[in-house]
Amino acid sequence: MLEQLESTYTQALAELETITHSDALHDWERRYLGKKGAVTLALRATGQLPKDERAAFGKRANEIKNALADAFTGREEMIRQHELAQSLEEGEIDVTLPGRRVPTGGLHPATQTLRRIYAIWAEMGFQVYRSRDVEDDDTNFTLLNIPPHHPARDMWDTFHTTTPGVILRTHTSPGQIRAMHDYGENGTAPIRVILPGMCYRYEQLSARSEIQFNQVEGLAVGRHIHMTDLKGTIAEFARRMFGAEKRVRFRGSYFPFTEPSIEVDVECMICGGDGCPVCKYTGWVEIAGAGMVHPVVLQNGGYDPTEWSGFAFGMGPERMAMNVNGIKDIRYFWQNDLRFLEQF
Amino acid sequence: MKVPISWLKDYVDIDISIEELAERLTLAGLEVTGVEYFGIPQGEPPEGINLPPSDHLVWDRDKIVLGAIREVKAHPNADRLVLAMVDYGGDALEQCVTGAPNLFAYKDQGPIDPPLLSPFAHEGAEVYDGHASDGSRMILKERALRGIPNRSMVCSEKELGLSDEHEGILLLPWDEFGHFPPGTPFQDVLGDAVLDIDMLPNIARAYNIVGVAREVAALTGQRLRLPPLDVVAEGAPIAGEVSLDIREPELNPRFTLALIRDIELKPSPGWMQRRLRLAGMRPINNIVDATNYVMLELGQPLHAFDFDTLKERAGGQPPVIITRLPEPGEHLITLDGEDHALDEYNILVADTAGSLSIGGIMGGLESEVNDPSVDMLDAMGVELDEDAERLLHGKASARRPATRNVLLEAAAWNFINIRRTMQSQKMSSEAGLRFSRGVHPAMALRGLLRCIELMRQTSGGVVAAGHIDEYPLPAPEVQVDLPVSEVDRLLGFHIPQDEIVRILRALEFDVVEEGDHVRVTVPDHRLDIGTGITGQADLVEEIARIYGYDRIPDTVIGDTLPRQRANTALEREEMVRDALARTGLREIVAYRLTTPEREAMLTPPGQPSSWPQSGYVTLANPISADKTVMRHTLLAGMLDIAAANARHTDRQLLFEIGSVYWQTGQALPEEPVHLGILMTGPREVPQWQDGRRARARMDFFDLKGVIEALLRELRVAGAVTFAPVEHSSFHPGRTAELRIDGRAVGVFGEVHPLVRDAFGLGLDLERPVVAAEFDLGALVADLTVLRDIEPVPTQPAVYQDIALVVDESVPAADVLAAILAAGGDLLEDARLFDVYRGDPIPAGKKSLAYALTYRAPDRTLEDKEVAKVHARIVKAASRRLGATLRA
Repeated sequence: MLEQLESTYTQALAELETITHSDALHDWERRYLGKKGAVTLALRATGQLPKDERAAFGKRANEIKNALADAFTGREEMIRQHELAQSLEEGEIDVTLPGRRVPTGGLHPATQTLRRIYAIWAEMGFQVYRSRDVEDDDTNFTLLNIPPHHPARDMWDTFHTTTPGVILRTHTSPGQIRAMHDYGENGTAPIRVILPGMCYRYEQLSARSEIQFNQVEGLAVGRHIHMTDLKGTIAEFARRMFGAEKRVRFRGSYFPFTEPSIEVDVECMICGGDGCPVCKYTGWVEIAGAGMVHPVVLQNGGYDPTEWSGFAFGMGPERMAMNVNGIKDIRYFWQNDLRFLEQF
Repeated sequence: MKVPISWLKDYVDIDISIEELAERLTLAGLEVTGVEYFGIPQGEPPEGINLPPSDHLVWDRDKIVLGAIREVKAHPNADRLVLAMVDYGGDALEQCVTGAPNLFAYKDQGPIDPPLLSPFAHEGAEVYDGHASDGSRMILKERALRGIPNRSMVCSEKELGLSDEHEGILLLPWDEFGHFPPGTPFQDVLGDAVLDIDMLPNIARAYNIVGVAREVAALTGQRLRLPPLDVVAEGAPIAGEVSLDIREPELNPRFTLALIRDIELKPSPGWMQRRLRLAGMRPINNIVDATNYVMLELGQPLHAFDFDTLKERAGGQPPVIITRLPEPGEHLITLDGEDHALDEYNILVADTAGSLSIGGIMGGLESEVNDPSVDMLDAMGVELDEDAERLLHGKASARRPATRNVLLEAAAWNFINIRRTMQSQKMSSEAGLRFSRGVHPAMALRGLLRCIELMRQTSGGVVAAGHIDEYPLPAPEVQVDLPVSEVDRLLGFHIPQDEIVRILRALEFDVVEEGDHVRVTVPDHRLDIGTGITGQADLVEEIARIYGYDRIPDTVIGDTLPRQRANTALEREEMVRDALARTGLREIVAYRLTTPEREAMLTPPGQPSSWPQSGYVTLANPISADKTVMRHTLLAGMLDIAAANARHTDRQLLFEIGSVYWQTGQALPEEPVHLGILMTGPREVPQWQDGRRARARMDFFDLKGVIEALLRELRVAGAVTFAPVEHSSFHPGRTAELRIDGRAVGVFGEVHPLVRDAFGLGLDLERPVVAAEFDLGALVADLTVLRDIEPVPTQPAVYQDIALVVDESVPAADVLAAILAAGGDLLEDARLFDVYRGDPIPAGKKSLAYALTYRAPDRTLEDKEVAKVHARIVKAASRRLGATLRA
């Protein structure tokens, strides 16, 4: 029996030497050292031997078992090293192949611009106040100091509806009247709001003009609101929106609902003021119309204009996005071509 | 409005560069949108200012000079050429070969005295090519013309870039230009620049050269020189020749008349023609030009009548000029040939025989100054369409001889009524444009006097002594009491009182200082200053803009911060946007205008619509046929956009948040905010690893997955249910209504194949389009703001699967509910992982397989505990739904 064990031992060692693959190695382990492996069985059979042979056989069988186990571990380590080396050598991929595409969603550029505007104004205490798209003529014009047939009405080409006195709002300014009534507590409480919303103008569609566009109007009313505040506040907005180094200038203008009225220009986002086609070589891009709220408008909002004052401004998010991103055609915004939207 | 600098300088000295002037005017509210240069170089802009570079021709100071043609000789070899002998200020005369026809009359007539003055270009000068139509330029070089050497040129207007005129050379009148010595750089003779100023509606007072000059004077501290109003009136008095009858003083507060006799109708003098051209008007004749000149100069539009025609119409009696409203049904044919059916508020100038003109806007055909040679329409800013052109040409042949006696009208009109009339009659004219912005009645007489004198100077006529001036409704004198503190209050910084007074006086306000108040009287050339607190604000604007907006400091708002309010609606709307974008959807923003026909396509033909039936907000003046009403739905617009994108993009996941508009009983519509979702195309984006194999397309359950993810992210508080419904826009068996606490939020499902086909997305049944339209307010009405977060489990879970066989008719939601109810506290989760039909499951049945997770929070579960719950689940499912455990 011992001879048989010795020959199994020799054979096992010899076989092990030829094994180069981990599958074969585990097969070898099963055959010799597994539960029904040859060495295991031999050890288990020790009890059947005559008493005087048992000790010697058992000792030898354990030696062989340990020797084979060591040999296995050694071989296993060798094969593992070999396979690792092989994998490192042969497992090369073309890293220039594209990755698996992950579909992503996103927000419309108008929304993105509006959010930036909201965020900047929110930090200055201006909260969003929204009002309706379909407005009455009084709120859109008359209460804003633009009486019927007044030539100032030529500044807005208006969509009228078949209901007399009902129009599509031409600007978000009617929100000034509504906000003053909602928040003004009968002319006793200060207000700081921005009024975003879709506006409509009767215009021929072109690369530079849309019939539908967002506007963000701002309104601050208080007992001590000055034109210097308007200038400082708008300049602060422009620096945050367009860059800390941007200069801002005011120039005289006319809106029936502000007095004095101004236009706000900011240094061109594209050329930085050197002159380019976007700013028509002036170095300035108009970003807002603004002014001190007209006393008649304050009155119409329930305030006493001898005690209260306010400023207001209006800006166009799509135009800002166009100026910042060099978009040449305003019609892109509502065409919603995914090849445009996915660039944002 | 075009403002020639040379003309402006008649009324104000300009001691700054044109470019700085442009900048100062712009900042003061008279936006200079462009500067056109003639011959002179563009100047350096002020510090920090950029100007669009101008590529105009600059007349070289040495090479383009004033020349004096002293003799014109015949060309020995050519009949169509002559030799001009030009004194250019040099030692000898230069012989210049030219074909200018306007020199032929002088050919071989000997020395010309005084000489003919003309621009003269030396060899090497750059000029425009007179024969080219593309604006190309050339450098003069010596070459022989028909055998005679030539190296210089006398120039036409076109060659200098002054106009397109190239019929002959530019000849300047001696009496006007004779004081320039020959050789004077031509820049100094006719060099000029024209400002193009964008005039805002409130700035009528400056819609004229004098008005701009007044602004310049105030801005630069110069004095304003007004044009003289003296008239040499040596003719028989006007009194008794004509009378006035103003019937509507509210609409026509003032009317003035002057008369000039025995005029010679002819072209106006060169200087006047040049100024009109520079200002953008075409010269017509001396009478019409004088009215246009004064309109441009002072802002008062005028109207010239043929006095003999008026007398004829009055049967030889002194005519009565009547201003009145139209008779019912009255018509007037204006001089552009348009037949106007008059509205009851259109004020007319008439005589006893009928109407003559629409007051302040346009004359009638009958009583115009008769100039058989030309049309006057261009000069009046009237554009003709073809029909009118034909009508007029028909008339031209029948015109009477040239006018001899002119009755001149200068009137004042209610500006609102003028604008209303221009709109209703769809008319426009230079006069109407000015009157509709408000011309002060005081300007009428000034314009009348200035114009009649210019007519006298340019026509040889004799002005009748006196004038007629009816002023039944004098404009009130406007006074404003302005506390100086009010300037501080509105502007936020201090402007000294003497500076305030200086600015107001520079603008011709009359100012009386009374302590710390100033009493201001508004000058009678402007109507834009109100009274009381409005007037104070108006004056503060005048002070601020002349003081300079660039000098106003920046401050931070020091006023009380208003109460800040929660803005739940917007916050939740933005949450929905973010959640959907994270899910992989792309936001769109569509036109909110559509047509009822487009939205009707949401329902297959012949079927009743499931959309709410309410009225549309309908445009009275739609600008295009595809945008006539405000939308009722987002879905129609989304389908249009998806169809447009489908031409290049297979896989689309879109959403929109925006208002829809339902006209209910009220004047103003309801404007609920909706959420729309649309998905179509392959579920997964194509990957190169997969080659060209067909990919599964998104269906109902992809959409429902997005909706469920949204509901989870929003933490909708109410009980969410999905109920099968039928809806005309959707596939009858693949449509659900989303309900929260039993209230409908909206509908979603597979778009009806006929509907998607109608929108251009095809009928292919293998390419479904799924969509949703929800009421956003209902969706986000009740969200769990604060939620208890479960601790992360510390105990191991036991996982077991269960497959239950139920009748086809049993909804999956009921099976899940039964499992969860029976599972009790130990059942943590039950997730459906398979739905199976077919062998060995009997027909009419289906197998639903769930992966169950059991866990106890405080201990390791034992197998027998799990077995007990599992058995309970099987039993409950069997009892409630007739389910059997799949073998």
